[in-house]
Amino acid sequence: MTRVSVQGLGKAYKIYRHPWHRLREWIGGPSAHADHWALRDVSFEVRDGEAVGVIGLNGAGKSTLLKILAGTTVPTAGRAAVAGRVGALLELGIGMHPEFSGWQNATLACQLMGFDGAVIRRCLPQIEAFAELGAHMDQPVRTYSTGMQVRLAFSAATAVRPEVLIVDEALAVGDIYFQHKSISRIRAYLEQGTTLLFVTHDLAALKALCTRAVLLDNGRVARDGPSSMVFDYYNALIARKEQTAQIAQTADAGGYTSTRSGSKEAEILSVDLCDAAGVSRRVFQAGAAVTLRYRLRINRPMSTPTVGLIIRDRVGSDVFGTNTFHLGLVPQPCAAGDELIASFDLPLNLGPGHYSVSAAVHPGRVHLEGNLDWWDRALLFEVVPNHTPFCIGVAALPVRASVTKSEPAVP
Amino acid sequence: MLAGVWRYRSFVLGMVRREFQARYLHSVLGSAWAVLNPLALIVIYTVVFGRVLHPRVPGGDDRLAYAIFLCAGVIAWTLFTEVVSRCVTVFIEHANLLKKASFPRATLPAIVLLSAALNFGIVFGLLLIFLALTGRFPGWSVLAFVPLVLVQQSIALGLGVTLGIVNVFFRDVAHVVTIVLQLWFWLTPIVYPEDILAEPIRRLLGLNPLTQLVRAYQQIVLSGTWPDWSAYLLPSLCAAAALGIGIVTFRRLAGEMVDCL
Repeated sequence: MTRVSVQGLGKAYKIYRHPWHRLREWIGGPSAHADHWALRDVSFEVRDGEAVGVIGLNGAGKSTLLKILAGTTVPTAGRAAVAGRVGALLELGIGMHPEFSGWQNATLACQLMGFDGAVIRRCLPQIEAFAELGAHMDQPVRTYSTGMQVRLAFSAATAVRPEVLIVDEALAVGDIYFQHKSISRIRAYLEQGTTLLFVTHDLAALKALCTRAVLLDNGRVARDGPSSMVFDYYNALIARKEQTAQIAQTADAGGYTSTRSGSKEAEILSVDLCDAAGVSRRVFQAGAAVTLRYRLRINRPMSTPTVGLIIRDRVGSDVFGTNTFHLGLVPQPCAAGDELIASFDLPLNLGPGHYSVSAAVHPGRVHLEGNLDWWDRALLFEVVPNHTPFCIGVAALPVRASVTKSEPAVP
Repeated sequence: MLAGVWRYRSFVLGMVRREFQARYLHSVLGSAWAVLNPLALIVIYTVVFGRVLHPRVPGGDDRLAYAIFLCAGVIAWTLFTEVVSRCVTVFIEHANLLKKASFPRATLPAIVLLSAALNFGIVFGLLLIFLALTGRFPGWSVLAFVPLVLVQQSIALGLGVTLGIVNVFFRDVAHVVTIVLQLWFWLTPIVYPEDILAEPIRRLLGLNPLTQLVRAYQQIVLSGTWPDWSAYLLPSLCAAAALGIGIVTFRRLAGEMVDCL
C-alpha cells in the first residue's frame, strides 16, 4: 500500500523587493515578485513500512519537502498525499510554549495531534518516562536545554505509534544515550509497520535506519534508490562542492588568514583526500584506505621541510598526528619555485563521525622549531560505518570476541 | 472550517485553560485575580461616580445610574477590543506552532474568542450580581444580551481575523489597529451619553455599528426594557459582512501565511 505519494511537487517562495509590491499585487496590480523554487518537480512514492532517508546539501529542499508532507506548508504546484496519522518533528521540535511546564507542553503536543482526554491521560506518564526529565517536567520549558526540549518533543511526537513518522534533524541534538534510545524506538515502530521519512546530515544514523534514500539537489530529486547507491552519488556531490569552496577560500585570502599562520617560505597550495582509486572524496567507510595529498611550493632555497598532519574529531581533540620526520623521510635540497607533492597513505581506522585535517609544514622535527605554513581545518571529512559490527568512539580497532565457560577449578 | 475546530476541541479548550492559568501563574492569589480585577473596576466606578462625581444620564436619575451605564459600555467594549486586538497578533504569537505542527488554523481565532468570552462571563456575572444586590436586576430582558453580544463578536471576529492575517504580511497593521481602536472607543457612546452631542456628530455616530449595540446594553441594565430590534439591522449587516470578508481572507491567505512567519 502506498503511504506517501508525491507528484510533481513544487514549492515557490515569493520574494518581494519591497513590501509595497505585495500590496500592489493584492489589489490587482501586475505580478511583482520573483519566485524562489525550493522544490521543483519532485515525485516519489513511499510504501507502507518503508524507511526513506532524505539527504542533500544545505538548501537542497529537504526541510521544505518534510514540511509539506507534515502539512505545515502548502505546496505551490503538484500534490502530496499522506495516508494515516502523521507524527512530525520539524526543525528540532514540535510547537512548544516556553512559559508552559513540561507537562503542559506534553499535553499541548497530544492535543495538537488531535488526541482526546482519555488518550492523553494514558500518554502523559509514558512521555515522561521516555523523556526521563524527572522533576524538570514541572519547570517551564524555557529553562530547558535544547537537548531536553528535543527529548520532550521526540517522546511526545512518538508517544502513540504514528503511521507516518517525519523526523527532520531532531535527533542530532540529543546526547548519544538518547539518540540510541530514540533510534531503537524508531526501529521498533518500523517493525510494526510505521513509514519513516528522515532528514539528517548524520549519514551513520541514516544508514542504520533507512534502506532507501532520496537525494535532493537544488530542489529536484537527483537520485532515488537503495541507500548505498545514493550515498556514493552524494559523496561525489560533496567532493565537487568542496573543490569550488576551496577556490573561493583562496580568493578570500583576507578572511581566511585566521586559521593559517606561518612564514610562507614553504607554502601548502592544496590538501586533498582520495580513496584507493584516487578519486577525491569527503565521506569514507570506516577502515577505508585513503591517501592524504598536499601540494607544496618552496619559496626560498632550503632542504625539504617536514610535512605534518593532524586528524581532529568534531570537538577538536587530536585523534592522530605525525609528520615526515617521524616517518623517516630524508631531506633533499630544494630550490625556490619547486613544487612538491607529499602523500600519506593510511587506513581510516576511525569510528563513525566528522573529522578535520590540519596540515603543517615546518623546518625542524616539530613545528615548534619554526613554522612555514600551518593550515587548521584544511579539510573536513566524515567516516560512516562499514559492514563491521557496531562500535562507538573515535577509533575502529579490529576486535574479536569470545565468551566461553571457564573450566571449573580443580580442587 | 468549523468541523476542523470541532475535531481539535481538546486543543482549543486546553489552550483557553492554559492561557487563563498562565495569566495568574506567578501570583499568590492565582485565579482569584480573574474575579478581583473586574470587581475592582465596578467598585471604583461606583465610588467615583456614585459618591464623588455625579454625572447624570437619561433613564436613570439616582446616584448609581452613571456607574452602571459606564460598566455596561466598558465591559462590552473590553470584550470587543480583546477579540480584535488579540486576533490581530494571534498568528504571529503562535508562529512556533504554525511552523511545526499541522492543525486547523481556524482553531487560533476560536481560542481567542473563547478566552475573551470566559473573561467576559466573569465580569458580566459580577455585574449582574451587583445589579441584583442593589435591587436593579433587569429581569428577563437580560437575555437580549445573547443575540446582541453574538452580533458584536461576529464583527470583532471577522475584523480581527482579516486584520490578523494581513498583519502577518504587513506588521504595520497591529500598530494602526491600536490607534484606531482608541479612536473608535471615543466614537462610541461608552463614557458619555449620546444626548450631550450635537446633532451632526450624533448622526455620524449612528454609522458606527457599535453605537446601537452599546446603547442597547445600557438600556437593558438601566431600565430593564427590551431593545428595539429594528435598530439592529445595521450591526447585523456589518457582522455578516465582517464574517464574510474574514472567511474569504482566511481561505485565500491562510496557506501562504506560514511562509512569512
